[in-house]
Amino acid sequence: MKFTWFHLMPYRFLPEDFKDKYRSVWVDIPRNLYDPKVGHKLYNDYLDQLEYADGMGFDALGVNEHHQNGYGMMPSPNLMAATLTRRTKNANLVVLGNSIALYNPPIRVAEEFAMLDVMSGGRLVAGFPVGTSMDDNFCYGVVPAQLRERYYEAHDLIVKAWKEKDIFSFNGKYTKLRYVNLWPRPVQQPHPPIWIPGGGSVETWDFCANHDYQYSFLSYFGYLAGKKVADGYWDVMAKKGKELNPYSMGFAQIVAVSETDEQAEKDYAPHMDYFFNRCLHVYDGFADAPGYRTVKTIKAGILGQVGDRAAMVRQDLKWKDFVEQGYVIAGSPKTVRERLREAMKHIHCGHLMTLMQIGSMPPELVRKNTSLFATEVAPYVRDLWSEYEDKWSPKRMPQDEIAVPAPVHFDSRLTNGAAKHPAAASHAEARSAK
Amino acid sequence: MITTHQSQGGRYSIELHTYGSGGEPLLFLHGAGGLMPQEPFLEELGRDFKVYAPHFPGYGESTGTEHIDDVVDASLFYHELMDELKIPQANILGHSMGGMLAAELTALDPHRTKKLVLACPAGFWINEHPIPDFFAAPLNEIAGMLFHDPNSPAAKMMTAIPEDFKALEVMYVERVKRLATAGKFLWPIPDRGLSKRAYRIKVPTLVVWGESDKLIPPVYAKEFTSRIKGSKLETIKQAGHMLMYEQQPAFVKAVRDFLKS
Repeated sequence: MKFTWFHLMPYRFLPEDFKDKYRSVWVDIPRNLYDPKVGHKLYNDYLDQLEYADGMGFDALGVNEHHQNGYGMMPSPNLMAATLTRRTKNANLVVLGNSIALYNPPIRVAEEFAMLDVMSGGRLVAGFPVGTSMDDNFCYGVVPAQLRERYYEAHDLIVKAWKEKDIFSFNGKYTKLRYVNLWPRPVQQPHPPIWIPGGGSVETWDFCANHDYQYSFLSYFGYLAGKKVADGYWDVMAKKGKELNPYSMGFAQIVAVSETDEQAEKDYAPHMDYFFNRCLHVYDGFADAPGYRTVKTIKAGILGQVGDRAAMVRQDLKWKDFVEQGYVIAGSPKTVRERLREAMKHIHCGHLMTLMQIGSMPPELVRKNTSLFATEVAPYVRDLWSEYEDKWSPKRMPQDEIAVPAPVHFDSRLTNGAAKHPAAASHAEARSAK
Repeated sequence: MITTHQSQGGRYSIELHTYGSGGEPLLFLHGAGGLMPQEPFLEELGRDFKVYAPHFPGYGESTGTEHIDDVVDASLFYHELMDELKIPQANILGHSMGGMLAAELTALDPHRTKKLVLACPAGFWINEHPIPDFFAAPLNEIAGMLFHDPNSPAAKMMTAIPEDFKALEVMYVERVKRLATAGKFLWPIPDRGLSKRAYRIKVPTLVVWGESDKLIPPVYAKEFTSRIKGSKLETIKQAGHMLMYEQQPAFVKAVRDFLKS
């Protein structure tokens, strides 16, 4: 069993009446709700949290891409991953991922991922999401009916750019390049492992199976509801005669560990409420532009992650329901261990992506959750799937060849006294708490 | 009459509605919502014209939407279809998205259009007068966008939301199919460069608009009349974007009088 510490990087201070007053956290969220100085503090906190997870022994750190979004402040996850290459040492960097249909030319993604792979010494996982309708169609204006075609073409170009030994020309429908000559080239040859995040489109299962990519099901509904999608994926894999290797699937799950089950509710219930009622408050009209999902997926009856129907399903859920229905795996270390093992077996998953900073959770609580999970939970679940080989994690450079950042000496004359960095943080915390 | 027409060697299978038997050919290009099974205003026009109303690929039973990416493909589709139907030249009436395509195909080849009628056409964007986001609109707000009187029987009939879940699902899938195709011309902004080409439209042109069109406000009429030399504007009172249903007699009269003059 492998553990990725996944960050969504939400804005933690959406107003109490957000849901009543505004129609969407995504696409047309009011600009005046964002305070850049609070944002400054949050990026710093969130990078701290990811770095802390590296120190606590998580296998990987996860970041993703969203646009015009109050719960995902990473229009460019590559900037975050680049930052992490400097202060993290062991964890792989799962960029899940770049919405490749949005980049023109998509060769940019091949280049940036190659940079990240080189900077990190071969620790990169390259994620290629189709992306959400909110991001792709409404924020970035891609014609819904063209999205998948653009996606497949971008994928072909990027992978070819990584694999091909010589300069080549690419005559695509959407991208035409005379000289494709990737420079720098990735450390991992021929390319970093590719993970495909999905929300339940049936086409994505075929795509993963055909290319031996890892399928990462990013659900906010938890493992019980996720069973239907997981089964769909495993059915496709079985039909195609593929090995049913749990490491070929990733699953995002909210996890909340505390001293006792009761304490877990006290600690985390308000943040679950914030996450589901503010972070996932998405206007139904943005959930699914006509043509974004194929008719095949619509007919498969898979519920979208956001929008009215998703909200209706979640409506009036209390902490107890969230726990019982598997939206969150929460409780004492013992409870979480048992539940987690059961959950991962239930969906046959080898790469768990833990969501441990939930909605409005403050840094102290994130640290507690992370530390309890790392010391009291992970060691007891790690043995699961030990009979399988994980073929979807990065193969990094040998440790003795890894370059190390040189120590920095701050000169107070040059920085004018402003470089007292740890203290600057507490100043901002005071601001954001008001 | 409804027939199936195999077009371009089977590349498209087209559900073709025809009305009337004599008179000059009149080609109707429907809007983003597609054709109703029976169109009374076309029946009326069928008294004086031979009306051809094909379902665009991706609409109704018509197939082949995957072959169409842009307004050039759409224009060539219609011109090929005219060739196959042995109509060297036709009067062309386009509504909304169909108006945009009618203008585009006339600009590409002005000789195929005898007279042109654009009924509240799409095709331009004015920053000061943004067109509401039809694609993101919830079903219960659509009547308000399309009709002068959203409570009229026509509005209620055309925008009814089925109670039955199965029927709702069917409607949803059909809507997705139609709007996915419409998005090729209209998403995210319904402007594909017509302003560069509109000067080529030199045939007699009537622009007709519903006075209280809330989807494409009447202020857009000037974008067309100012660029299409000699074109004239007729505004229909107490009509919104779906003017041919709300004020059928006035609409039919305006079209007929213009085409007959």
